[in-house]
Amino acid sequence: MVNRRTVLSAAGLLLALLLPPLATALGKPDLVTLGTQIAIYAIAAASLDLLIGYTGLSSFGHAAFFGLGGYTVGILAFHAAGEPIFGLLPGATEAWIVWPLAILTAATAALAIGALSLRTEGVSFIMITLAFAEMFFFLFVSLKTYGGDDGLGFRRRSGLPGIAPRDDVAFYYICLAALAAVLFLFSRLVRSRFGQVLQGIRQNPRRMAAIGLSTYRYKLAAFTIAGAGAGLSGALHANLLRFVSPDMLHWTMSGDFMIMVVLGGAGSLVGPVIGAAAMVLLQSWLAQWTEHWMIVMGPILVLVVLFARRGILGWLR
Amino acid sequence: MTLLLEQMLNGVQFGVMLFLLAAGLTLVFGVMGLINLAHSSLYMIGAFAAAWAGAHGWSFPLALLAGAGAAALTGIAIEVAVLKRLYQRDHMDQVLATFGMILFFNEAMAMLFGRQPLMATVPGFLSGSVEIIPGVPYPLYRLAIIAVGIAVAALLYVLISHTRAGMLVRAGATHRDMVRALGVDIGLLTTGVFALGAALAGLAGAMTGPLLSVQVGMGDRILITTFVVIVVGGIGSVRGALAGSMLVGMVDTLARAYLPGMLKTVMVATEADAIGAGLSSMAIFILMAAVLLIRPRGLFPAHG
Repeated sequence: MVNRRTVLSAAGLLLALLLPPLATALGKPDLVTLGTQIAIYAIAAASLDLLIGYTGLSSFGHAAFFGLGGYTVGILAFHAAGEPIFGLLPGATEAWIVWPLAILTAATAALAIGALSLRTEGVSFIMITLAFAEMFFFLFVSLKTYGGDDGLGFRRRSGLPGIAPRDDVAFYYICLAALAAVLFLFSRLVRSRFGQVLQGIRQNPRRMAAIGLSTYRYKLAAFTIAGAGAGLSGALHANLLRFVSPDMLHWTMSGDFMIMVVLGGAGSLVGPVIGAAAMVLLQSWLAQWTEHWMIVMGPILVLVVLFARRGILGWLR
Repeated sequence: MTLLLEQMLNGVQFGVMLFLLAAGLTLVFGVMGLINLAHSSLYMIGAFAAAWAGAHGWSFPLALLAGAGAAALTGIAIEVAVLKRLYQRDHMDQVLATFGMILFFNEAMAMLFGRQPLMATVPGFLSGSVEIIPGVPYPLYRLAIIAVGIAVAALLYVLISHTRAGMLVRAGATHRDMVRALGVDIGLLTTGVFALGAALAGLAGAMTGPLLSVQVGMGDRILITTFVVIVVGGIGSVRGALAGSMLVGMVDTLARAYLPGMLKTVMVATEADAIGAGLSSMAIFILMAAVLLIRPRGLFPAHG
């Protein structure tokens, strides 16, 4: 059965690599944007899987880090075009400055939120992560300088040397490469000692504590890394749309990321990628069909939870 | 001073609303171990049913009853059809399934009533205001909400602490299998508790109608505030829900009323308005963070 999975992965990778020429051949250039969207969401979903699937932490606030990454890009671009921040720091549009800063911002917020929320567990943890994400949502709604409710648009994507900022195909490959890098990093991470401890925490936190490990620190480290991943995803998403808005931090966004993880199959890293693809494709397909697509999406979700707990990946196996 | 009194009454009134929601949510969690996001849908359904009934000439008490009844019936339906299967599952599964239900109910309401907000009116006999203390007129309708809230809290106390059904609920929360082994129909008990929680959520929605607009998704934001209440109060405890509701209702209302004004004394007015609005909507989350630092299990944890 390993073979079948390898074949499917190879086919998926080939499809991802050949998507732009295929889209041109089919006369549907929109597919490239759809593919970019999938790659970006997959990064956020894979980082959430680190928490849900590996560490057993049901975080319901992942959109906060996604949004913070996005707003870092948006706000720096805003200041690059206008006045410096607080009249001191200039804005920036170069990817090599902006993207690491977005990751750092999201990771710092995750460290702070995680430090507080990890004092509890189970249902309280779900509610608290949701509540803190909502707090950041309100923060950006109230920041009128950066557009408040309406969001903040900016003119061009983060600059990378040698790549035209308006080139959608190049941007697709950048996002794909980012996804590949994240997946590679995470797959190394979960096989390392650190990753083994995380999985031990999921299976039996008391035993991990009994053998002398501070589970709190490991969980906090995982939470911060996952936040960093969502920050990168948010930065890329802001670049895709050249627009950021509080919607990025809306609580339904956190719910969507959770769905991607569980729909694809938690605890596998590949699962969330499949989940992200399924979610984006299903949404765009249902939305073509009826404006009330959520009335179909909701029951699908209930059915998946009731009857297909291991997600699409479990069903492929 | 009179303004402060008025704002504090507003805080109590908001707290009462939160209590109606939090009590049901925390009871359901305490007895069944279920985290139910679709509680917000029950609140919305209550509001829509009451607004519809009001628009079709039903009297106000009947409209309230319609709101609570519609929510209770919907609650029973989803409990029997789906949620019963989720009691023994992961919280993660419960969150996802009930999140799916929210998507469904929001869209269903949009299809039935449209996306334009409905307006419910304050009934004639409750419009106008009274001077509770000379010089402080206060809307009668808000006072009525506070009265209903106090009545519900008292009823819940009697029901849970002094009746046989309440005894079973308390026993079910701590020793579920033992209660089953003693021959109690646990299925009936859980459905009953769920219907009670749903009816309270529907009642809250129906009473909110005349204060805010009735629209799709109206329950989602207040659901998150209710979560803050439960975390602050201590999960699974009705006493904690009451204390948390009052605290959160008061902090939220007072922060919104006074924070922008206080900031104006130290900075430029336009900036103070913007930052004040942001800070005051963040106030309850800061309160939650503070409670977590001091008492991670909330102010009144359910067991021990």
